[in-house]
Amino acid sequence: MRIGKDLVAASATPLVLGILADGESYGYAILQRIAALSDGQLDFSDGMLYPLLHRLERLGHVQSAWGRSPEGRARKLYRLTGDGRAALAEQRKQWSVVSDALRNIWQSGPALALGEG
Amino acid sequence: MDAETDLETRIGQWRGYLSRRAVLRSDDVEELEGHLRDQIDGLRTRGLSDDEAFLIAVGRVGRIDELSREYAREHSDRLWKQLIGPEQAAAPADRAGFVLALAFAVLAAASVKVPNLFGVGFQTGGDVVLRNVGLLVLPFLAVYFLVRRRATVGTVIAVVVPILVAAVVVNVFPFASNGATELLAALHLPVVLWLVVGIAYSGGRWRDHAARMDFLRFTGEWFVYFVLIALGGGLLAGITTGAFAAIGLSVQGFVAEWLIPCGAAGAVVIAAWLVEVKQSVIENIAPVLTRVFTPMFTALLLALIAAAAIHGSFLDSGRDLLIIFDIVLLVVAALLLYSISARDPQQPVTWFDRLQVLMIAAALVVDVLVLIAILGRIGEYGASANKLATLGVNLVLAVGLAGTGWYQLRFVVRRRPFGPVERWQTAYVPVYLAWAAVVVIVLPPVFGFV
Repeated sequence: MRIGKDLVAASATPLVLGILADGESYGYAILQRIAALSDGQLDFSDGMLYPLLHRLERLGHVQSAWGRSPEGRARKLYRLTGDGRAALAEQRKQWSVVSDALRNIWQSGPALALGEG
Repeated sequence: MDAETDLETRIGQWRGYLSRRAVLRSDDVEELEGHLRDQIDGLRTRGLSDDEAFLIAVGRVGRIDELSREYAREHSDRLWKQLIGPEQAAAPADRAGFVLALAFAVLAAASVKVPNLFGVGFQTGGDVVLRNVGLLVLPFLAVYFLVRRRATVGTVIAVVVPILVAAVVVNVFPFASNGATELLAALHLPVVLWLVVGIAYSGGRWRDHAARMDFLRFTGEWFVYFVLIALGGGLLAGITTGAFAAIGLSVQGFVAEWLIPCGAAGAVVIAAWLVEVKQSVIENIAPVLTRVFTPMFTALLLALIAAAAIHGSFLDSGRDLLIIFDIVLLVVAALLLYSISARDPQQPVTWFDRLQVLMIAAALVVDVLVLIAILGRIGEYGASANKLATLGVNLVLAVGLAGTGWYQLRFVVRRRPFGPVERWQTAYVPVYLAWAAVVVIVLPPVFGFV
């Protein structure tokens, strides 16, 4: 199963904020983590992630700093800010409303569909 | 070892392709390269060969076109450098653009001489020309942009109607010759018209923050090009006069009545065309200019405050001084706007941002001093058009500076993002427009056109 493009795009921000809530991280590791969390079904293109991180930085949700990898390569590390934490809490609220609504409609959905049909 | 160097060469090539994209800056390329190397290492530990790992890793990052497009959506400010698009050589489009610009420049130059047909020259009847000078030139710039941007009907209306209203107002109002309200209208009308040009420039997206920011950038760059052309033109005028004087011919009349006014009018359009074509060239100059002039003007403002503190009530000494103070404040506000529009919002806080906080604070103090002096004069001598116009400009500047200062302070001290500083500037632009329009349309009738 492949997740649709719009859904991937919509879930990108809360996923990235949520991963950074666990601690500072960098692009490649964030992608690995998303793949692991979704059993590889959330196909997040590499080229999409960095502009997203830059946008979150512009909004003040994350801060970046150049660090070094164990191999000594330059690596840009991203860290969640206070604003980012607040944004994540807000996103969580919104997403739980959406997922509750979906669960409710799918539990009562077939009956409803029959009733109308 | 061979395989290793081969891999390095290929990564190097890939980095080269990325670097050529205007929208990707060196630290983006570095970040992406780090990502590619992590990806390759990850794939190699799973037993893939260098070749396979490289190909898969590059494939995962995606086609460079698409990658640039994703970056462009976030970093539209960088695309300012290359509006035409990433790799397109714009030769044919450019020539068409130049012909168009040249045509409008010639029209603007000719238009400046139209009053002469009615026997109104620059030396005779100067005030009719003075209050119409913006109307004779700037509409051509607006129409040039309308044509270039293939504007919609709505945009055309939004541009043409204000210009027509301005033309009617300025020429139907029975201004007393060389009266204060006429001079004020003549000074404020170009501001109104310039912001109307902004509607044309943004192709109707004038409500959009990014489009307004682009126009502010454009304004700064346009000014730089215009000054450069004016310097060249001044030299040309001087040499022409001198050379003909040497052979006993006086061409001063030609230079004053034709060369300078027509040249300046044409330069308005040509400078705009140059900004669009040579964006990346000037982009390197803008930060340098702001870094040179911001310290100077900060020092000037501090000196003015010190002088005011020592002399005490010297603001009472006359209106000429107030006018000079206002000119300094306007230049400072423009400089600030120019630096903010030229700043890369991603860049961390530097000494320059702190210096700007100082400049804003100093400008606010000077502004408040002027406001107190103006209010004092109004209390003493009663309100006049000049005093109200000055009061208005100073209030508009004070609020603008206070807002900028507040967001700049949050940016510098509390490490908030730079975005709000920019947003404040673009949100405040209509205030300038509104005030300038009030001075042109409302003040003259209120003060009986004198």
